[in-house]
Amino acid sequence: MMSPRSFGTGGVPVIGRRALLQGMLGAGALAGLTACGGGSGGSGDQVTLGSNWSDPVPKKAIAQVMSGFTSPGVKINTIDHNSFQENINNYLQGGPDDVFGWFAGYRMQFFAEQGLVGDVSDVWKTIGSGFSDALKQQSTGKDGKQYFVPLYYYPWAVFYRKSVFTEKGYTIPKTLDEFTALAQKMQTDGLAPLAFADQEGWPAMGTFDYLNLRINGYDFHRELMAGEKPWTGTEVKTVFDTWRGLLPYHQADSLGRTWQEAAQSLQKKEAGMMLLGLFLGQQFPDADRSDLDFFPFPEIDSNIGSDVVEAPIDGFMMSKRPRNEDGAKKLLEYIGSAKAEDTYLKSDPNNIGTHNDADTSGYTDLQKKAQQLVSGAKSISQFLDRDTRPDFASTVMIPSLQEFIKNPNDVDGLLKKIEDQKKSIFK
Amino acid sequence: MADVMTRPEHVATEKRRVPRSTHARIWSKWDKLIVVLMITIPTVIVVALVWFPAVSTVILSFTDWNGIGNIGDMNFVGGQNYVDVTTNYPPFGPAMQHNLIWLVVFFFGPTLLGIFLAALLDRELRGGRIYQSIFFLPVVLSLALVGFIWELIYSRDQGLLNNLFHANVDWFGDPNINLWAVLVASGWRQTGYIMLLYLAGLKSVDPALREAAAVDGAGEVRTFLQVIWPVMRPVNIVILVITVIESLRAFDIVWVINKGRNGLELISTLVTQNVIGEASRVGFGSALATIMIAISTVFITIYLIQVMREQK
Repeated sequence: MMSPRSFGTGGVPVIGRRALLQGMLGAGALAGLTACGGGSGGSGDQVTLGSNWSDPVPKKAIAQVMSGFTSPGVKINTIDHNSFQENINNYLQGGPDDVFGWFAGYRMQFFAEQGLVGDVSDVWKTIGSGFSDALKQQSTGKDGKQYFVPLYYYPWAVFYRKSVFTEKGYTIPKTLDEFTALAQKMQTDGLAPLAFADQEGWPAMGTFDYLNLRINGYDFHRELMAGEKPWTGTEVKTVFDTWRGLLPYHQADSLGRTWQEAAQSLQKKEAGMMLLGLFLGQQFPDADRSDLDFFPFPEIDSNIGSDVVEAPIDGFMMSKRPRNEDGAKKLLEYIGSAKAEDTYLKSDPNNIGTHNDADTSGYTDLQKKAQQLVSGAKSISQFLDRDTRPDFASTVMIPSLQEFIKNPNDVDGLLKKIEDQKKSIFK
Repeated sequence: MADVMTRPEHVATEKRRVPRSTHARIWSKWDKLIVVLMITIPTVIVVALVWFPAVSTVILSFTDWNGIGNIGDMNFVGGQNYVDVTTNYPPFGPAMQHNLIWLVVFFFGPTLLGIFLAALLDRELRGGRIYQSIFFLPVVLSLALVGFIWELIYSRDQGLLNNLFHANVDWFGDPNINLWAVLVASGWRQTGYIMLLYLAGLKSVDPALREAAAVDGAGEVRTFLQVIWPVMRPVNIVILVITVIESLRAFDIVWVINKGRNGLELISTLVTQNVIGEASRVGFGSALATIMIAISTVFITIYLIQVMREQK
C-alpha cells in the first residue's frame, strides 16, 4: 500500500536533502548521457516512468503491471513518495519522465493549468468506454481536456471490528442521531468510540470532508474547495458546530498521535470505530483482517442524503514534452485497461480498481463492499488536500483544523482567519 | 569560528611580515596571478553562495512567484507578502515567540551549563576525557536522529517517560508542553557543543595567568571570574553568537516531530512549509525568510562591531 500521506509539505528533511542530492546526481548523470550522444542505442525507445509508489508492496505491483507492457518497454524510476510530492514543481520543470504517477481532481487540474503536463485526450478516445463519467470528470482539466489516467481508488468510510459489534450487540448507524447514540453506548462500555489521530495534520481532513459532504452536499464541497464559497457562511459554521458535538467521542490527545497508533487502538479493541481510508487494513495483522468491516458515513440531512463517497484516485499523467510521445500514449492506453488494473490489484489488494471491467472475482469481502460503495455513489470527492490548492491545504487548513481540535469553541474567529488567508492565496 | 578565535595571532603575524614584503617590491607574474586568483575565487564563491541567494530572497519576497514558469512571469506585489505575514498568518506570532523562548532558554540553560562543564573539565579531573566524550556524544548525532531518539522517550502511548512514571502526558501533542519537551531534547545536544567550544578556549589560556592569580591569593571562583573570563572575551562572543544562530535556525528536531505545527511553530519551519512543497508560495515564504535574515543581521552587526573594535 502506498503511503496515504497526500499533501505537499510532508517528509523528513533528511529525505528531502537526500532526494535533492539524488536529483543533482541524476542531473549530472543525465548530462553525461546527453554527452554520450545516444550511443547506448535502443534505450531511447523505452518509455520512462516516474513512479512514486516507493513502498515495497505497491512498488512490486507497479513493476508487475509494467512488465506486461513490452513494446516499446518501460524504464521505471522509483522516487520516495513524499520527496516526489515535495519536489513535483522542480521535477516537472526539469527533465520529467515521459509518464509519472499522480492524483486526480483539483490537484491534477492545478498542474494542467500551469501548463506542466501533457494532454492525453487521444488516449481517452480509446480507453474512455471503460470508465464511468465520474472518473472521466476527475481526469479532466478545467479546459475540458483529459490529463490523467486512473488506476485505482481507496474509499474512506467508518471502520469497525465485526466481532466487537456482534459481542456488544451494536447496530450500524444510518443517521447522525443513531451514530451519536452508538458512540455514547460505546463510551459506557469503556471503549473510545472514535479512534482519532491528527499529528500529521491530514487525517482530520477526512472528518471535515464527510461532515461537509453530508451537511452541504458535493457541489458546495467543490465550490468551497475551489475558493468560490466563503468559509464564514452558515454552511461551514454548521459543519464545525456538528463536529464540536462529536468531539467528546473522539479519542483524546489526538494531536500527539499518528494514524497508525489510532488504527492500532481499533485493532486492539480499545476503540470502537475509526474514520479512515481503505488503507487502514495495513495496520491489521492478516489473522484479524477478515474481522475488519466498514459502514458509510451516516446521513445528517435527509435532503442531502449520503450518496457522496470520498475516494481518492491515484493514477498517471504524461509530461508536457515526453521524449517518446507515441510510446507514452501507448503506455497510458495499456494502464487504462482492465488487464493492467487486475495485475496491480493482485499484488496490492488494499485498493479497488477504477475500470468497469476490472476483475472483481478475486476481491476480498472488504474490497467487494468498497466496490459497491463507490459504484453506488452519485458523486466521488477526492480529499480536502486533493480538491483544493495544495498550498491552501497545507499552510492554512492543517493548522486551522488542529486549532479547532485544540480549541473547538472559537469557530467564528477561526473561520474568519481561514477566510482571510484564503483570500490571500486564491487570487 | 576557528579563524575568529585565532584572529589576533593572524594580525600579529601580518604585522611582522609587513617589513619583509616591502623589501621584495617587485612581484613576479606568478605572485600577481596568485593574488588575483586568491581574491577572485573566494569572491565568486561568496557572491554565488551567499549574496546571490540572499538578495534573490529579498527580491522574491516582493513578488507573488509560485515557483512555476519563468522568472519573468512573476508580478511585483509590493509589501503585500509582509502585510499578509504579519496580519494574516496566525502561525507567525507564535513562531516569533517560540524563537525568542528558544533563545532565552538556550542562553540560560545549555550555554551556561556548557560553560560550567567546560570550566570543570578544564581542571583535569580524573576521567575527564570520558565525561568529555559523554557530553559531546549528542553533538555528533544529527538533530533529526536526536528527534527520533527523543520521540522514543516522549511518545504518549509507547514512550519511556510515560511508561516509567505511569503518566499520561501528551508530550508532543499538547501545545503547552511540547515546546519545552523539545527544548530539553535540543538543549541536551547544545550543551555538549558549547562545552567543547569553551573547553578549547580554556586550553589556550596561558597557565601563567592562573599561577599569577594563585600567587596573588585569588580563589578558584575569583580567578575564573576576574582573570580567565576577561581573557576569554573573544570566545565568549563567539559562543553568544552561536547561541543566537542556533536559536534562529532551530529546525530539524521540530520538523521531525510534527513539521513545526501545533505549538512548535518556528520561523524556519514556516519558511520551509511555504517554499518547499507542491505549489510553493515562494514569494510569501521569501518574506518570512527575509524577516529571519533581518533578525540575524542585527546580531551579526553587533558581532562585527565587537570584532572590529578589538582589532583596533
